[in-house]
Amino acid sequence: MNITEKILARASGKTSVSPDDVVFVNVDKVMVHDVSGPGVMAVFEKLRKKGMIIDKIWDPERVWVAEDHFVPAADKISAQNIVSLTNFTKQFGIKKHFKYGMGQYGICHTLSHEEAMVLPGEVYVGGDSHTNTTGALGAFAAGLGHTDVAYVLLNGKIWFKVPETLFFKINGKLPDHVMAKDLILKIIGDIGTDGAAYKTMQFGGTGVSEMSVESRLTLTNMTTEAGAKSGIVEPDQKLRDYLAARGVTKYDEVHEDSDAQYEKIYEYEGSEMEPIVAKPFSPENTVVARDLSSVELDKAYIGSCTGAKLEDLQAAAKILKGKTVKIRTEILPAAMSIFRKAMDQGLLKIFMDAGVVVGPPTCGACCGAHMGVLAKDEICISTTNRNFPGRMGHVESQTYLASPLVAAASAVTGKITDPRDLK
Amino acid sequence: MKGSVIKYERDNIDTDVILPGPYLKIHDYAELATHAMEGLDKDFHKRVKPGDFIVAGKNFGCGSSREHAPIALSYSGIKAVLALSFARIFYRNAVDGAFLLPIEIDESAYKDISDSDSLEVDISKNEIQNLTKNKVYKIKPFPELIGKIIEAGGLFNYKP
Repeated sequence: MNITEKILARASGKTSVSPDDVVFVNVDKVMVHDVSGPGVMAVFEKLRKKGMIIDKIWDPERVWVAEDHFVPAADKISAQNIVSLTNFTKQFGIKKHFKYGMGQYGICHTLSHEEAMVLPGEVYVGGDSHTNTTGALGAFAAGLGHTDVAYVLLNGKIWFKVPETLFFKINGKLPDHVMAKDLILKIIGDIGTDGAAYKTMQFGGTGVSEMSVESRLTLTNMTTEAGAKSGIVEPDQKLRDYLAARGVTKYDEVHEDSDAQYEKIYEYEGSEMEPIVAKPFSPENTVVARDLSSVELDKAYIGSCTGAKLEDLQAAAKILKGKTVKIRTEILPAAMSIFRKAMDQGLLKIFMDAGVVVGPPTCGACCGAHMGVLAKDEICISTTNRNFPGRMGHVESQTYLASPLVAAASAVTGKITDPRDLK
Repeated sequence: MKGSVIKYERDNIDTDVILPGPYLKIHDYAELATHAMEGLDKDFHKRVKPGDFIVAGKNFGCGSSREHAPIALSYSGIKAVLALSFARIFYRNAVDGAFLLPIEIDESAYKDISDSDSLEVDISKNEIQNLTKNKVYKIKPFPELIGKIIEAGGLFNYKP
């Protein structure tokens, strides 16, 4: 069996599973945030109206909560949702609630790895489609809706169809001007937004073993944009070191068998990769960044679970050092722990000297919710993960998806810019 | 189920257009319905009638996990979406929450069905009758577990 099959077999109490088997799996960890949490509460209310008594959940120790989509509270409704979420965690005894304004908080997927909330070999579900991100920690990680998360909170298990696995073998290290974001955009451009529908995307090869854990998280994050159920990377020493730096050394790693099967293997030459940009209005609409050098921009956005981890900020700082931005530019670290490291490493000074606004962690403008959304006809280059119509604001605004290096270089010139072409 | 068709001849209709991001903070199902399809079709909520079907291309409901999407369609009156294929989270949200039926149709049915056609969908026979065009289309049967969850009326009513 491959890793995903082995994790799902173990979690469903079977000796083996095969693609297309439907299994009820025991869940190790579950996450809700300030959108899916109130959504789950609405499901609980619906069930109560039908006569179900809900006074406890399956295991409060295995549940954790993030505040990310509408913090800082965008308006009265979102403020009320945070109050409801707080009441919810108190009522059910959920202790791991990362609250805005009280130390560590941030985007849920970023916290999942920054705080080592999920460990190798585990089954992790979250009320958010980018839950796939956490698969880079060697876990089975998949997003679910409110009804399914409510079911998990009460029963500790959920059904999954065992997915086929597509294996992406990356040969050789990416060049310095190329990031994991370019690679995953290239892959999505090749296979399309439903190219991995219902499947797992596994990443391996020397290009991935050479990559930092943060870069791997960028790959798994955007498996969602290819329609995948999950993304995964086999655990290695780099992952163990990453987790040990977060105080975690005990977990049960799952590795693939020597006869592991994949539906298909795709090979990419890492050293031949180039900076890639996805044009509006789909992540599959990819071209090399240099083909878009005439596109004039209104804004650059470096934020989100995809593009505001520490190394993303370091990449942006490398470009912005000693430069001044030509367009409105915002940088929002994805979690407070990253914000602090960016401060300690002097990155915030570089950003502010360049004229950039540095803001608090939030999903904010990435999903067009608040904190800097786009006006009609505005054009933005963004390190986020989606560029559907209206995604970051007005339905007639446009978002180009790119790496932090490309976004920062473009902020300096005001046009879409390959970092190699920045003088 | 009988109803008329609202057809969107396009692939990858994503959750950002089915229910745009700014409304994610809303959890009142009736209010969500007033914003259904707002990113694609401003007139949808004026046009939709109880029992209507949406017909669309492949990968319907791709994007975010927001259950708001099937909720908004369901509370607008949509009983089923007939599409070439569905994105996974939209599909399971629709079924597990018993909001609407995600029905996979084939290319010929997709081409043949026109906007405003009157359809009768019978999942026990796995077929759709086009009452306007006097034609019958086969639909892909639901996988076993999905069929059982639909029959039970959602995941919470299903006993494994």
